[in-house]
Amino acid sequence: MLRIAGLTKRFGGLTAIGDVTLDFAAGTLTAIIGPNGAGKSTFFNLISGAIVPDSGQIVFQGEDITGLSRAAIVRRGIGRAFQVASFFPSMTVAENLQAAVAAHRGQWADLGRGFPRQGVRERALEVAEMLGLHDSAHVLSANLSHGDQKLLDIALGLALEPSMLLLDEPTAGMGPEERWNMIEKVQRLWRLQNLTLVFIEHDMDIVFGIASSIRVLCYGRVLAEGTPDEIRANPAVIEAYLGTPDPEDDA
Amino acid sequence: MASGMVRTRIWRDILAGCLLVAVLAIVPALIPARAFQDFVIRCSSMALFATSLNLLVGYTGLSSFGHGMFFGLGTYSFALLMQRTGVALPVAFLLTLLITAVTAVAVGAICIRLRLIYFAFVTLAMQMLLHSVVISWVGLTGGDQGLMGGIPRRSVLGVDLGLQYNLYVFSAVVLVAGLLLMRHIVNTAFGTSLRMIRDNEVRAAFLGIVVWRVKLTVFVLSAVFASVGGMVMSLFVSGAYPELINWPISGDAIFAIVMGGIGSFLGPAVGTMILLLLNDVVTRQTEYYGLALGLIILAFALGLRRGVLDFITERLGGRPAGGIS
Ligand SMILES: Nc1ncnc2c1ncn2[C@@H]1O[C@H](COP(=O)(O)OP(=O)(O)O)[C@@H](O)[C@H]1O
Ligand SMILES: [Mg+2]
Repeated sequence: MLRIAGLTKRFGGLTAIGDVTLDFAAGTLTAIIGPNGAGKSTFFNLISGAIVPDSGQIVFQGEDITGLSRAAIVRRGIGRAFQVASFFPSMTVAENLQAAVAAHRGQWADLGRGFPRQGVRERALEVAEMLGLHDSAHVLSANLSHGDQKLLDIALGLALEPSMLLLDEPTAGMGPEERWNMIEKVQRLWRLQNLTLVFIEHDMDIVFGIASSIRVLCYGRVLAEGTPDEIRANPAVIEAYLGTPDPEDDA
Repeated sequence: MASGMVRTRIWRDILAGCLLVAVLAIVPALIPARAFQDFVIRCSSMALFATSLNLLVGYTGLSSFGHGMFFGLGTYSFALLMQRTGVALPVAFLLTLLITAVTAVAVGAICIRLRLIYFAFVTLAMQMLLHSVVISWVGLTGGDQGLMGGIPRRSVLGVDLGLQYNLYVFSAVVLVAGLLLMRHIVNTAFGTSLRMIRDNEVRAAFLGIVVWRVKLTVFVLSAVFASVGGMVMSLFVSGAYPELINWPISGDAIFAIVMGGIGSFLGPAVGTMILLLLNDVVTRQTEYYGLALGLIILAFALGLRRGVLDFITERLGGRPAGGIS
């Protein structure tokens, strides 16, 4: 579905992503792990067109999308949510989602008809329901709880009906209970929406609990990739990242 | 269902606009003061201008300090076309819109990519440039003196705009039409794109919006409406003067927006009324016009912390239309 080959991005002297080659198969739920500053967010920024790589290739569904604009990549079906929830604070939840749905339907330059056009309201509500945001539909998004703002950010990405969704630390800044709440929603989305989902996560219980495959980034390089079991047994990962192995862990 | 509500909203606006024109048309029969009509004409011109600027400032978050260049361009293009060519008034009107739009595409293409303070200063610099061209190209523009000699052939569909009352009603009609059109723009999906860009440009881009296209389009649209305001002013002053294209005129529009309310569609129009009233009253009382105005604006900014109309809307429990938080 998504093939990354020899991807490299430097910021001045710092190699944020160095010669990364990775595959993401259709329909998988992949976790990306790695210490802070490993280049995980940069990796998402490269895929989604926020920044242009110095070298390497990004192929999505057989098409080379390297260097395309953010809007062009969105149109090809890659949606995303951000490490710091990103939405439109002066609008309510419903307005946020209506705006996203209208944008997805290519109406964003429409000067002819009133907003929202036929069906946009209904579709926005559907998306809100997928993430349990429908009860807050008329709340000003700036006033939402932190967790709901993260959900809204994901919902905006989802409004684009993407085939691939990139979630940058969906549980960032949440307490343990809220975390699992979020992750259950993410997992349900992945199942019901037939998505290829990639998420960045620090909580190892979550990662090993739900991911069908894992990629470990460290200092801009791929340290390891594989199934949770393979990662757990990987000596390089254990040494650099996981600490002492825990043979009794059967999650 | 949704589109039904939208349609009701449009008809309500149109009705309100027609009512305003009708009331204004009757007023001179009751209050025959010429000063009132002058006031309304100037108000129409400046209100169109200020509202057009708010499309950029309030709705899109683009703070232009040089928007007056398009207002001034409207006055000069229109006056020159009327004086130097034989075209009828409506043709000069349309040609002026075209000239403004083309200029705005060029200026916008340069400015739109700049952020915040750079956008503000480059637009200001552009206006200063245009102003100095007007001052120095004496052969075409009359330089410091402005374009003298009046506006000939002032008739639209057989109505003579040389008559004060006719120009007065005409300016009210143009104001209402302009406001309705701008109101429509902010209520479309394009208008929503403006707010998205203002709130969070990065998020907007990641939802597939081509940000520069939206910005350039709104820049050109707002320039065109400013130019319409300029044309009304040109008819009022029977020509064009360098003050109408100089940078303080941009400041007037910004004052009007700040005083009336950046977050309400009609805020800038209300602000224009307040500004012109203050202007007329204060200049009669004191020569320290600038000082008095400065103090009043400070009082608004520090006391109310928002424009008059924003203040009222919030008091009534609503959210300002522009939705600035
Ligand atoms: N736009 C940028 N300019 C300069 N350096 C950056 C930029 N974005 C990220 N970096 C640097 O690249 C490295 C990787 O950052 P990031 O991808 O955010 O890490 P992670 O998400 O894995 O914590 C960090 O050292 C960070 O400081
Ligand atoms: Mg990060």
